[in-house]
Amino acid sequence: MEITVSTAEKLGLRPEEFELIKRILGRTPNFTELSAYSVMWSEHCSYKNSIKWLKTLPRDGSRLLVKAGEENAGLVDIGDGYAVVFKIESHNHPSAIEPFQGAATGVGGIHRDIFTMGARPIASLNSLRFGNLKEDKTQHLLSGVVHGIGHYGNCFGVPTVGGEIYFEDCYHTNPLVNAMSVGIVKIGQTVSATAAGVGNPVFIVGSATGKDGMGGAAFASADITENSIEDLPAVQVGDPFQEKKLLEACLEVIPTGALVGMQDMGAAGIICSTSETSAKGGVGMKIDLEKVPTRQKNMKAWELLLSESQERMLMIVHKGREAEVQGIFEKWDLPCSQIGEVTDDGMLRFYMNGELEAEVPAESLVLGGGAPVYHRDYTEPKYFSKIKSFNPNKIPVPDDLKDVAEKIISIPNIANKRWIYNQYDSMVGTGNTSINQPSDAAIVWAKEANKGLAVTTDCNSRYVFANPLQGGMMAVAEAARNIVCSGGTPLGVTNCLNFGNPYDPEVYYQFVYALKGMGEACKKFDTPVTGGNVSFYNQSPDGPVYPTPTIGMVGLLENINDKMTLDFKEEGDIIFLVGKSSNDINSSEYLHKICGVEYSPAPKFDLDEEYAMQQKIAGLIKRKVIASAHDVSEGGLFVTLIESSFNNKLGFDVVANDYKLRKDAMWFGEAQSRVVVSVNPLNLEVFKKVMGTHPYEELGVVTNGTVEVDGMYWGTILEWKEKYDTAIETYMNHYLAE
Amino acid sequence: MKFGVVVFPGSNCDRDMYDALKYDLKQEVVMLWHKDKELPGFTTDDCIVLPGGFSYGDYLRCGAIARFSPLMQAVIDFANKGGKVLGVCNGFQILCESGLLPGALLRNANQQFVCKNVFIKGEEGKALKIPVAHGEGRYYADKATLRQLESDNQIIYRYCDADGNITDAANPNGATDNIAGICNANRNVFGMMPHPERACSEVLGNTDGRRVFKTLLIKNLQLTAEPVLA
Amino acid sequence: MTYTVQIKVMPLKELLDPQGKAVMGGLQNLGIKNVEDVRIGKNITLQIDAASAEEAKQLAEEASKKLLANPVMEYFEVSVN
Repeated sequence: MEITVSTAEKLGLRPEEFELIKRILGRTPNFTELSAYSVMWSEHCSYKNSIKWLKTLPRDGSRLLVKAGEENAGLVDIGDGYAVVFKIESHNHPSAIEPFQGAATGVGGIHRDIFTMGARPIASLNSLRFGNLKEDKTQHLLSGVVHGIGHYGNCFGVPTVGGEIYFEDCYHTNPLVNAMSVGIVKIGQTVSATAAGVGNPVFIVGSATGKDGMGGAAFASADITENSIEDLPAVQVGDPFQEKKLLEACLEVIPTGALVGMQDMGAAGIICSTSETSAKGGVGMKIDLEKVPTRQKNMKAWELLLSESQERMLMIVHKGREAEVQGIFEKWDLPCSQIGEVTDDGMLRFYMNGELEAEVPAESLVLGGGAPVYHRDYTEPKYFSKIKSFNPNKIPVPDDLKDVAEKIISIPNIANKRWIYNQYDSMVGTGNTSINQPSDAAIVWAKEANKGLAVTTDCNSRYVFANPLQGGMMAVAEAARNIVCSGGTPLGVTNCLNFGNPYDPEVYYQFVYALKGMGEACKKFDTPVTGGNVSFYNQSPDGPVYPTPTIGMVGLLENINDKMTLDFKEEGDIIFLVGKSSNDINSSEYLHKICGVEYSPAPKFDLDEEYAMQQKIAGLIKRKVIASAHDVSEGGLFVTLIESSFNNKLGFDVVANDYKLRKDAMWFGEAQSRVVVSVNPLNLEVFKKVMGTHPYEELGVVTNGTVEVDGMYWGTILEWKEKYDTAIETYMNHYLAE
Repeated sequence: MKFGVVVFPGSNCDRDMYDALKYDLKQEVVMLWHKDKELPGFTTDDCIVLPGGFSYGDYLRCGAIARFSPLMQAVIDFANKGGKVLGVCNGFQILCESGLLPGALLRNANQQFVCKNVFIKGEEGKALKIPVAHGEGRYYADKATLRQLESDNQIIYRYCDADGNITDAANPNGATDNIAGICNANRNVFGMMPHPERACSEVLGNTDGRRVFKTLLIKNLQLTAEPVLA
Repeated sequence: MTYTVQIKVMPLKELLDPQGKAVMGGLQNLGIKNVEDVRIGKNITLQIDAASAEEAKQLAEEASKKLLANPVMEYFEVSVN
């Protein structure tokens, strides 16, 4: 087969990239080599269109044990000899094609990133975006994705403790499925994704290799069109049972000290793991591909290199200790085969039955090595003019606020998500303390270290759409706020950057400014970015999705008993709003979903004000002055109050203090940097003293179950709870899992 | 007396069970590996626990493959000699597949996995808040078996509401007669779908599970060691 | 008249079948050795009112394509009795 620039283009490479490969090799690559470059230089593996800006994010911190991008996931010191490992990753395009397996393998992949470093995953979260829930297609996708996440996570045995889900039209064709895993490891028991030591044997362990997701990495980097449905071989099947055994076997092998390094196989399987570990260790490898256990007969060299078969690991073992390693995998009934060895010249050589099939410098394939880095142009999006021309005065303040409130709590973005989370095992591991005592972030008890971890995922993509710079800041700020309101100290961030086509300068503008905002906020909250993933090309013929830079944040509670919960505790407690009410309805659920306004500025936000507010909340929690804390987010103040009431079936009697404020802005506006707290009257004086000059206002009191707003009786909490609980189910109840 | 928690490939509540028994209930407990063929050092005063999880991925039928694990043959012999056995969730499914308990656990009525707090009621009569987490927990048995379970007092827990009323709405999976747990006729083998080990720690904000262990262990299993109760 | 139609739904041949793989291991543990591969699917029976066996088959195929089988993961075979 003659290899030309047109072969390269069919594999998704650009003509100049083909020229670069020829220069690196000093000759024309054969098909196997070219396909290796095509997957390694795809956006998914190389970050070629994003790395320039990713490097501007803060990546240093006193607690950081490895820098972003150095290992498979971030590693943060939590004291007493333990570290937390966490990462978020997207599986958007596979989930669009096959929602069940797409989501399932997304969960499997992110857990592998965690335990390949030697950590045991103890919590998972997910951040999901779909189209309008009224659409059959959305119901089908939601049902499949939720079923897939549950199928994998429940069997694997890691609790799903939190997450978020939004329904917006822009995600109709291209849903977002982002999964996050959090693990715990003893410092000193981590494993590096490095190859070293000439002559050391290289093993492949776990599942046999089949023709799964051939070139899926490249596939993931191509626009989704109607034709994608024919790209069937890109589907991968996950086997959570196999991964559970792989987890236990890996965590048993690590303490023996027999491993030099380990790398999981995700996108671009063998070629990715061999090149990344070799490049990192400055070595090469000789691999005999016929020794790879296969599920199908007669697999070609390029298929073996690119296969994305799940539940596999590459291990580099100290020579002479092979039997120890093999014994442990045998115990767990897992295949474990030596496929090659480490060499000294930096070259990867792949043989098939003695015949050399590919020979490439490891370094040339990888990010930070030979992979190209691009600077993309960007221009301010044209739709900004529509945002700037929005005039809130043209929106009349509705007369019947109760009616609006009822509609708001029934919006799927706001309503109870139990139809979703009840399908996830949220309690396995007996560490999730938020089931019986909910907080803004999920609080997970890391038993070994006897500390609490506060974990959350956050991103309001409509804010980012309205103002990428501020929206990026707000995503980080909300995550930090959730952790602070739960009694935690923010430690670090992982991000999943979901955007449209980076070659579109308007999309790239969103990307650049969202990252600038994110970076600034991360510096302010002292939360370095430890890693994450970039997913471009999230768009359909109708255009790109909202820019969605999902933030996964982890915080620490030295003593888990210091956690703060979000629910009102007792009738008669006084309700305060910490922060300032604002005459702002911009980009709120109210304005967007009830008034039908697509273009408006982002809600009011100031980074310094946010930081000061969070410091106040942390102080109140530390002094044990407040009984509950719940931040104001989607749906505004009313939703915060009603959500604070559900758990103990209490209610509230509140009045707006400032008569000049629009009532809809008061109760449904989404101005940032606000938190609702409740205070026992006995603590009132201390509360005021701690608050000092920071803005706050008294809203009213906790009642025994009635809801009263501005002197009007709005019914009982049980009536509100019924509406809130059943809104999503009314769409989904006819939709039985297959 | 002591406890042995069997680890099958795919068990994922084994460590939770171990933690609850050891740290919350202060019992002696050891982990057992499914490939072993014997239960060395266990007497009929001791208790073998089959924990929750997805043994063998729960492929084919839940518990169907685990039931043939080498250690299960020893557990069956142990039970037949009067040794105490407790199966929770997947453990309950394995006990039914192995014939140590009658009946079967079918796919939940709504075809969905369900994980949430539910209430169950046993002889004590008080509603206890215990989590469930299963896709196949709908207890089923033929009429004759049900009659026998009823008349021999072998139904140890039923799903109920917070006030102890046994209602359809309180049944998370469509189980026949709201059955959440049963025992065998000799009262030495117990199986239940809800997870008492997930409700034993103050940190988790629910310690109702300790009452389940207390009832099972002391009253029914007539174990000598008193579990520590908060 | 009413035709009984059997539909066999199986995972696509080139895809991993985790269930089949686990059952295979179980059979080997039981000492049933000579089994080389296990794949597990579903059998669905439909009673179809149609003018001819051919029409019944067409209807069943339509049902399979639209709902009973997921073409991304599975193939199906229809037989009319």
